[in-house]
Amino acid sequence: MGMGVGVRERIAMRAAEEIKDGMIVNLGIGIPTLVANYLPTSVNVMFHAENGILGTGPSPSKGNEDANLCNAGGFPITVVPGASYFDSATAFGIIRKGLVDVTILGALEVSEKGDLANWIVPGKKVPGMGGAIELAQKSKKVIVLMNHVNKNGSPKILQTCSLPLTAQSCVNLIITDLAVFKVTKDGLLLLEIMKPYTVADVYKHTGCDFTVNSNLKNM
Amino acid sequence: MKLMKVFTLDEALTNIKDGMTIMYGGFGGVGNPPTLINGILTKGSKELTLIGNDAGFPNIGIGKLISQGRAKRLIASHIGSNPVAGKLMSDGKLDVEFSPQGTLVERIRSGGMGLGGVLIDIGMNTSFSENKKVVELDGRQYLIESALTADISIVFAKKADTYGNLIYDKSARNTNPLIAMAGDLTIAEVEEIVPVGKLEPEEIITPGAFVDIVIQTEGVDWKWVWE
Repeated sequence: MGMGVGVRERIAMRAAEEIKDGMIVNLGIGIPTLVANYLPTSVNVMFHAENGILGTGPSPSKGNEDANLCNAGGFPITVVPGASYFDSATAFGIIRKGLVDVTILGALEVSEKGDLANWIVPGKKVPGMGGAIELAQKSKKVIVLMNHVNKNGSPKILQTCSLPLTAQSCVNLIITDLAVFKVTKDGLLLLEIMKPYTVADVYKHTGCDFTVNSNLKNM
Repeated sequence: MKLMKVFTLDEALTNIKDGMTIMYGGFGGVGNPPTLINGILTKGSKELTLIGNDAGFPNIGIGKLISQGRAKRLIASHIGSNPVAGKLMSDGKLDVEFSPQGTLVERIRSGGMGLGGVLIDIGMNTSFSENKKVVELDGRQYLIESALTADISIVFAKKADTYGNLIYDKSARNTNPLIAMAGDLTIAEVEEIVPVGKLEPEEIITPGAFVDIVIQTEGVDWKWVWE
């Protein structure tokens, strides 16, 4: 396991399938940012940025960057036709009112109930939550992209999160370098496995029980 | 009506005193007022309480004041881009209060709008809400989030007229219009100053009533992380 270049792209490609025409979408930093590269041209969406943009577009070419036009990660972007600028209160009004159809973000831990922990490792890493709580709690669909295990090889998908929660029961879909899980009211449902892994591999590296979908696919 | 609010940097800085609470506009350095921040550094101001979205980067924007130890307290949503801030916090030299980003800006907005706070359900039933007051209204539960105000607000805008009406530039708007409203005294650093009447009333984002002092920016003097 690990995040080779090809693996990151495969995760991003799989996440892109969840985005439908007309949606408002917020992408987190890291692998989620790559998702925008894999949308078919027939799918038109408005990407939302917490720093006050609806309708962000691709990165500008070198030399055409505008320091006053950046995404929430601080990198220069462009905007698409129909885009708008607004202040941070409006940016979060859009989130809290439930207008974001899909948010795609990273995680430290996810529980079988869809609890998400992604903002603090007490005593070690305390970066602050930024806008993660709002996005996790209020987006219509929350997709987590992450390594299946942490750097010590321990599962990040658990019965109960050990880290402080960002939000309870908020995650709908988990896409890792091993598998795709849907979070249901009865627990996790294994939908897909990434080649060349097996169901046994997924069991071995997952910290909770799960159901295998009758129509298990390769991602 | 005071129509002439344009001052020099030095005149503006006479209002800054050690120990004050200063609110700053900007997001990841974008929209931080660079000339005012440098002025506060040079003046030697210290023991400040800073309120803003994030801690910038160690050598970018508000991050400079934080990494040089000028703040004793910080209220923000995120400090991850400034490792010096994280170190100061874990060493006990910087007291940090985190608010979720949308909650933080609503606290600032309510301060600027003359309200006592806001009711928000963000962070309910997590460790974040443990010491917060909860109220029930129309059958739903909310946290009470108190308003934030400051002695001084420092903001960055694209254009001001001499009355202090402000317009902003793209994503450099971010928290600036909210913070412009929430200071007892608001200083706007701007790229261009025009006479009154030169801005279309329809395009003005911050009415001049909220702005006390306008200064001309000397521009950004740092390299962005993407440069």
